[in-house]
Amino acid sequence: MTSTIALETRNIIKTYQSDSGLINAVDDVSIQVRSGEFVALVGPSGSGKTTMLSILAALLKQTSGQILLDGVELSDMPESERVKIRREKIGFTFQSNNMVPFLSALENVELMLRLNNRLDKVGKLRAQELLARLGLAERMHNLPGQMSGGQQQRVAIARALIHNPSLVLADEPTASLDTERAFQVVETFANLIHEQNRAGIIVTHDLRMCEYVDRVLQMQDGKLVKEYTGKSEILEFINGTRH
Amino acid sequence: MKKPTINEPISDFVTISGYLAVKELLRNKGRFFLISLVIALITLLVLFIAALGEGLGNGNREYISKLDADLVVFQAKSDKVIASSRLGNNRIAAIRRIDGVADAGGLFTSNAAVVFFNGNEPVKIALLGIEPGKPGEPKVLQGKQFRKNLADEVILDKNTALRTKLKIGDTAIIRTTQGEKDKFFEMVVVGITDGQQYGLQPSIFIPYQTWDNIRSKSAAEIGSGNPVANVVILKLTDPKAADEVTARLIAKVDNIEVATIDESIKALPGYTAQQSTLSTQGAFTLIIGILVIGGFFQIQVLQKVSQIGVLKAIGTSTPAVAVASIIQIVLVTIVGVFIGAFLTFLLSLSFPPTVPIVFNGGTSALAVVALIIIGPLGGLVSINYAARIEPLKALGLSS
Repeated sequence: MTSTIALETRNIIKTYQSDSGLINAVDDVSIQVRSGEFVALVGPSGSGKTTMLSILAALLKQTSGQILLDGVELSDMPESERVKIRREKIGFTFQSNNMVPFLSALENVELMLRLNNRLDKVGKLRAQELLARLGLAERMHNLPGQMSGGQQQRVAIARALIHNPSLVLADEPTASLDTERAFQVVETFANLIHEQNRAGIIVTHDLRMCEYVDRVLQMQDGKLVKEYTGKSEILEFINGTRH
Repeated sequence: MKKPTINEPISDFVTISGYLAVKELLRNKGRFFLISLVIALITLLVLFIAALGEGLGNGNREYISKLDADLVVFQAKSDKVIASSRLGNNRIAAIRRIDGVADAGGLFTSNAAVVFFNGNEPVKIALLGIEPGKPGEPKVLQGKQFRKNLADEVILDKNTALRTKLKIGDTAIIRTTQGEKDKFFEMVVVGITDGQQYGLQPSIFIPYQTWDNIRSKSAAEIGSGNPVANVVILKLTDPKAADEVTARLIAKVDNIEVATIDESIKALPGYTAQQSTLSTQGAFTLIIGILVIGGFFQIQVLQKVSQIGVLKAIGTSTPAVAVASIIQIVLVTIVGVFIGAFLTFLLSLSFPPTVPIVFNGGTSALAVVALIIIGPLGGLVSINYAARIEPLKALGLSS
């Protein structure tokens, strides 16, 4: 598979006004993520990783800097264009409340195709195959309320990938899962990112989940402070922070 | 011109809005049905107030509004109130001679009761004397018209026939008071007309000379002179020349005032005040409906902030979210209005004919349209709220 740069940020700064003055929630962050690469964004609470993810998801505008998704600059886009980018180019899973509660698992996944006006027989079949691949063949017609947190997260992963986005973002997808389920979800996510050649970014507090990523970006006080690449370096980082 | 900021073809977002709206409705039938039921109850209230207004108005104006005539002549200074007006034979004759008057008939009003000797309650009626073959005599639906000015015959309006259960050929016993005594007169029913209520009472028509013989009167009036009409009803040669004929009447006949049929209805005692009271009640019910429906939809939107946040985050446009809300509100309102209309129809079947409720097609349709409009009107605040939900805040991603 080709490995092109799917996402690039250049000197992203996001400034907020607080009682004590201006705060840089994201401070001069430049990253590149290639297609087929799965990256973890880690850091303590308040380090700016969720703000960074929101900016990458075109949900929040940065104060300065550039974001290029598939080479297209997002910074100056009007909101209507950003909505289109979110619909076509980005897949998203959230920490909780992921699903549209009145749609079944299959309908939730198909929704991304509907939104992109691409729901045809092939699309429906792909949605079913993807859910089956995620171990949800028996749960396709269940409503979110009839599924466990782990099952809902897997549906969200299917929904994030079904429309072949360039970038897949996951915000703490394992926060509400037990350890076993959490490992399963992230492993499946990582496999699909690699197989489908998407650029994936996961924001997580749980460093054990970094076992499945290709690169770890560590943030602190809004800055990108360290980068870990390669299996051994990542495992060393995970084990080092555990002790 | 500023271009719309919708980034997809209208058909696309309407399709996705329709899909989301209908799916949510079908998957939450119970919740939406409850809202529809509340709308149904509001509909029931609005339709009943409208029907009551129509029924009361109809009870007042029915005879006058169905007159096949163009003008009504009153005694001057009677304020165009039929009961206050008196027009003697000389003036009626003068009115008939006016150029442009094709025909004229006196209307003689009084009250009486139809009584029964089988223990049934008497039915109070408006006893209306008319000149056979002249304007003012209603067309019969069954039986025959009057032929003589003096005959022991009556024509019943539909309401009288319904309440008294009298049929053509039956004898109606009419009770009036003359001097200090109750008098009973046997009259043969020769015809039945459609509804012709007058003064909120069912009516009985009678040739005017017979009317004068049997009407309630004081001791002093007994055996006195010719009958005196209250008003004269005119049919014109050219109805479009009503203003000219009115001017001629005023100029050539002393001590009269002239009104159109509409003006005569508005001058009916209490009619305008009654109708405006009922219209105000109806309007307030609609306003309360808007607030109640608005409240329901607002609560609903507040309950699904995160759901709307997810939809927006994954790329559903704001217009699509807003249109989905509008579709839901319109569908829920339509279902509620139709349930309410059906309940109203069922309830109306159980009302006795004495209750003045009339379901007029036009008025009911207007009320139904108004009710269907109040749903989206009431939901405007919630639609606006849904459109303004920010996905970041809804998903708890904003710090």
